[in-house]
Amino acid sequence: MTTRRDFLVAAGSLAGGIGVASAAGSAHATPAAMEEAIRKAIGDAPVRKGRVKLDVPPLIDNGNSVALSVAVDSPMTPSDYVKAIHVFSERNPLPNVLSVHLGPRSGRARIATRVRLADTQTVLAIAQLSDGSCWSDSAHVVVTLSACLEEGLI
Amino acid sequence: MARAVVSLPATVKRGEIVEIKTLVQHAMETGFRRTQLGIAIPRDIIRLFVCTYNGEEIFRAEFHPAIAANPLLTFTTVATESGSIAFTWTGDKGFSLTESARITVE
Repeated sequence: MTTRRDFLVAAGSLAGGIGVASAAGSAHATPAAMEEAIRKAIGDAPVRKGRVKLDVPPLIDNGNSVALSVAVDSPMTPSDYVKAIHVFSERNPLPNVLSVHLGPRSGRARIATRVRLADTQTVLAIAQLSDGSCWSDSAHVVVTLSACLEEGLI
Repeated sequence: MARAVVSLPATVKRGEIVEIKTLVQHAMETGFRRTQLGIAIPRDIIRLFVCTYNGEEIFRAEFHPAIAANPLLTFTTVATESGSIAFTWTGDKGFSLTESARITVE
C-alpha cells in the first residue's frame, strides 16, 4: 500500500531527478565551449605545450575537492614573467575554473588550490607570459564521484 | 560571519620568496544544484580575491563555481619591505571579507 508519505517522497525525488537530468543535458561544457573560454581569456595567441606543470591526481575519489597546483618555468624578472595562469575544464558545467594574475613581485610562478571536477575529463592550464606567448599543460583525470550536480539537502 | 585564515612567516630576509596560504570559509554554492523538489539553488560564490602589499596589488584571482567550498589558495611574493599584506575576498550576495597580516623584513 502506498502511504501519503511514500508518495510525496517519490514525487519529490522524481522531480529532483528530472531537474538533475535536464541540468546535466545542457550544463556540461564541451571541448568547443572550452575553446571559446580560452579565446575569451587569452585572445588569439597560439598556445604551445611546455614550460607549465599542472599537478592533479590522476584518479579522484571525490570530485568535490581536488588538490590542483600549477607551476610555470619562468625567471619572474621585470622583463620576463608570467602575467596570468588560467585553468580550464572540459566537462564541468562551465569551462572556466580559475584565473590568477601574477607579476614580477610574485617571485615564483606557482599556485595551488582545490577545485571541483564533475566528470572524468581533461584539465588544461595555460600560462600567459609577459612577452605575449602562451604555454600549456593538460592532465587527464578519472573522477569516480562527481561534483556540482548532486542534489542539495535543503 | 565568515572567517579567513592566512598563513605566512612573520619575519623574513629581504628578497626572500614568501609562500602565502589563504583559506576562507564559504560554501561556494555552484548554482547548478537543485533541491529534492527540483528548485534551482542560486549561485553564491566568491568571485574575486585580491592581495595587496603595502597598498600595492601583488596578486589577483578570479574564482568560478569550479572552486571547491572553503577556497584555499597558495601563492608567493618577494619580501621587499616591512609592512602589511591585506587580503580581500568579494563575491555574490554582497560578500566581502578583509584580512591582513604584518610582515617584518630584515
